[in-house]
Amino acid sequence: MAKLTLNDLRKLRDQKQKAIEKRDPSNKDAQIIVGMGTCGIAAGAKETFNAIIDELDAKGISHVLVRQTGCMGLCHSEPTVEVIVPNMPVVIYGNVNAEVGKQIVNDHIVNKHLIDNHICDKPAMDIVR
Amino acid sequence: MHASVCDIIADLVQNAIEADATRIEVDVATSPAEIRVCIQDNGKGMDARALAKAKDPFYSEPGKHARRHVGLGIPLLMQTASAVTGTVDIRSTPGQGTRVAFTLDARHLDTPPFGDLPGTLLGLMTFRGPYDLILTRATPTDRYTVSRGELIDTLGDLEEIDNLILARDYVRSQEENLNP
Repeated sequence: MAKLTLNDLRKLRDQKQKAIEKRDPSNKDAQIIVGMGTCGIAAGAKETFNAIIDELDAKGISHVLVRQTGCMGLCHSEPTVEVIVPNMPVVIYGNVNAEVGKQIVNDHIVNKHLIDNHICDKPAMDIVR
Repeated sequence: MHASVCDIIADLVQNAIEADATRIEVDVATSPAEIRVCIQDNGKGMDARALAKAKDPFYSEPGKHARRHVGLGIPLLMQTASAVTGTVDIRSTPGQGTRVAFTLDARHLDTPPFGDLPGTLLGLMTFRGPYDLILTRATPTDRYTVSRGELIDTLGDLEEIDNLILARDYVRSQEENLNP
């Protein structure tokens, strides 16, 4: 890859913006939040985060917000990922490796199905503020 | 110990974000002999007592985990540094911020692999809040600087997936073109 300047980046963004406008905006309010405390980092949350981004990009899904947060208290089930989709329960998934991260995009975000065997109930009680 | 040097960096920067820093400077210099990292923030800082406790693996800052007594970020760094003849220097002033500097012997057999800096940086830019994160990456013959502020100015909201991908491409292009 050639070294990009900020100007190149601005141009790429303008080009992409036109493609974005043609896409389906029905998922606009969906959010994917990856836990990135010491526990998440040690369990591979960075790989999960990048796999989710790659899968969203591969499937052309643009109106999902992706961000990170600290420890959600479920250190025993890291990496953990919270998924917020309108008209679906807010879910924290545990043991989300890159493969399960892709599944979250395809099953939860696209098909609106929860993913069995990875659902944790809520943030740990001693973490909730 | 963390699996890569970038995981150590991710952990320390996440500490800075949770310490309410609005400006975090990350300097990463590598040479064939040494890995040198310095993370400086203007967050809430620690007094001498809190700093001593941060080095204890069975202590966590109360705001993070009210009733938990495990905090491994700094202890994992110290473990790694002591295992590979590295150094750790932590200075902190309440109300002014914290500076964590460490070096690792790049040739030591037990030094963790460097890891994926663009992927790490991208993750660290997507916490919520108005903080700026400035990475200065250097080798003996080359350097580049990337900041969260300039990426947001250029691209817009980094939580948007398309902007994230472009930001990652940008940082990757800087890292790939860095002379060793």
